[in-house]
Amino acid sequence: MSRLPSHARRPGAPRAASLGLCALFLLAPARAAGPADAVPSFKALDSVEARVQGCVTCHGQAGQGTDNDYFPRIAGKPAGYLYNQLIAFRDGTRRYPPMNYLVAYLPDAYLREMAQYFASQRPPFAPKEAKPADAKVLARGQQLVTQGDPARQVPACAACHGAALTGMDPGIPGLVGLRPSYIEAQLTRWRVGERHAAEPDCMRRIASRLSETDVSAVAAYMSRQEPPADPSPESSNLVRMPLACGSQR
Amino acid sequence: MRALRILAILFGVLVAVLVVYAIAWHFLKPGMLPQTESKPGALPPANPTTRVIARGEYLARAGDCVACHTEPAGKMFAGGRPMPTPFGNLYAPNITPDDETGIGNWTPDEFYRMLHTGISRSGALLYPAMPFASYTRVTREDSDAIFAYLMSVPPVKQPNRPHELRFPFNQRELLVGWRTLYFKEGEYVPDPNQSAEWNRGAYLVQGLGHCSMCHTAINALGGSSTSKEFEGGMIPNQNWYAPSLTSNREAGLGEWSLEDIADMLQVGASRRGAVYGPMAEVTYNSLQYLSDADARAMAVYLKALPPHDSSTPVPSSARLVQPEVMESGRRIYEKQCALCHGSEGKGHAPAFPPLADNQSITMSSPVNSIRMVLNGGYAPGTAKNKRPYGMPPFAHLLNDEEVAAVVTYIRVAWNNTGTPVSAAQANELRKVLPE
Repeated sequence: MSRLPSHARRPGAPRAASLGLCALFLLAPARAAGPADAVPSFKALDSVEARVQGCVTCHGQAGQGTDNDYFPRIAGKPAGYLYNQLIAFRDGTRRYPPMNYLVAYLPDAYLREMAQYFASQRPPFAPKEAKPADAKVLARGQQLVTQGDPARQVPACAACHGAALTGMDPGIPGLVGLRPSYIEAQLTRWRVGERHAAEPDCMRRIASRLSETDVSAVAAYMSRQEPPADPSPESSNLVRMPLACGSQR
Repeated sequence: MRALRILAILFGVLVAVLVVYAIAWHFLKPGMLPQTESKPGALPPANPTTRVIARGEYLARAGDCVACHTEPAGKMFAGGRPMPTPFGNLYAPNITPDDETGIGNWTPDEFYRMLHTGISRSGALLYPAMPFASYTRVTREDSDAIFAYLMSVPPVKQPNRPHELRFPFNQRELLVGWRTLYFKEGEYVPDPNQSAEWNRGAYLVQGLGHCSMCHTAINALGGSSTSKEFEGGMIPNQNWYAPSLTSNREAGLGEWSLEDIADMLQVGASRRGAVYGPMAEVTYNSLQYLSDADARAMAVYLKALPPHDSSTPVPSSARLVQPEVMESGRRIYEKQCALCHGSEGKGHAPAFPPLADNQSITMSSPVNSIRMVLNGGYAPGTAKNKRPYGMPPFAHLLNDEEVAAVVTYIRVAWNNTGTPVSAAQANELRKVLPE
């Protein structure tokens, strides 16, 4: 195994620094996961860490996200979910050209390994980025997230994505730590049918029953929630799910 | 003026000849081959041995049929994949053995005629997106094996999607002209002065490998000129540059070891560099399945290609870089690139390729380097490299000036002999979707 130059090894240091900076950022409208985390960095050449350097300028060294407005946090999402997305990007069933291009020629087993790597990461959360919204909108968001809208057969987000929105193994993503812009964009893509999952496609059914203002309200409410102390996903089907979901099989 | 007039006359004559050809072709064009009962004793095509099918599968991999005839995540060989060309979209046909929508009713004779002459079963001329100008080199025996294999895969009922070519390119008769200019029919004839290994390599590179489809420049008529064979060129509609395989200033392999060439092709990564862009697809779908002996044979042939370079060397004045650009490039390199590629550009091959003394970095077209910086890229996952390393995108971190500076830096640092690139070039490629 090759030895890397000494500046390659910077274990923990930036993370500690960014933790310290968090306190400062409570006052300043900036983010903990700053550009420093977007620079390639790893300790050993023959490691998964070195092999996922292709991901880090957008998703951060540990999948915590970066200061870019759009790229999502992927750390701690269930491995099954991340794997399904990587396969969908590779095969073109989820469209986002930069991702489609990067993973186009990677085999299943390797994509699973990458998914497991980021699923096992527990980097600190970036400070919240509250999306401006009035009380009425927030109330609607809270209703949809915690209770759903039975009249329109919309179950609560928390019913599947977990009481603390940390997701559920194996295939339901955590939503904590995602920027409101990302939540809104993805929910909209589900709504209009651009995003799909394995049949029965529960998310497609739910999203198609939401209005544009519902999507915005959900994003605004979620953007105000504190990340839980333990961001691990809930175990599979601990609670009975309101709809059958292909990605949970 | 006089020269112009002569040119105009010559051009007129050429057009007239082509029109006559096209008209003659229209009346004399081939129909279907006469249907013959299969002779007793001949290998019955519907029931070939497993050995022939396995050989056919291997050869179909070498020919990379799957790349065009299968949609991503679609049914194997069912066609439908769009192939953007400067003349409009082509859609590769269904080549599964479905009787109605595939090639289930074809005979080995018809399949061979298609492969060898570019004339379909119905008698229609194939568009040269089907690389019959290369496949014509394939032997009858290999053609029969590929056919036997295709007959053995699951039939898929999926009608062919009509091409969407603009006028006049949708007039198939015009292909007579293209064929006159660019198509030379004929199976590969071994060169008795060369080794069996060289001949095997030549057969694979010139035939099934259809390397010249990308590595020989395509002109405005969609033809590739044999006098410039393997001298490289831009791949239309993909905006990647396929380097020259003959110039040691590009991907010419004269100075490479056979092992590195074979690794590059079959593994997708070598001590000299890794495959990326469209070549990653070729290794992923095709070359990784080659036997070690065949990968080596291709390496032997490619290494022995006569050095030939019709481009003029750049004067040293063209390599001058403004000091502040160089300094900006160096700073970006130290921050973003040096960890993997090394402060001296030596890399950690085969994981992270060297950039110093790497022809792929210094060749005259900077397109590929700029695209790699913008979009990153993973080497393909192959049987011998199941967990490839990859490079992240920098498009969102570096502006056009910064991309130009860092690409300029790697093209001229460490005694590299490349030329500077401009922010405008980076900007142009930023608009291109990664693929």
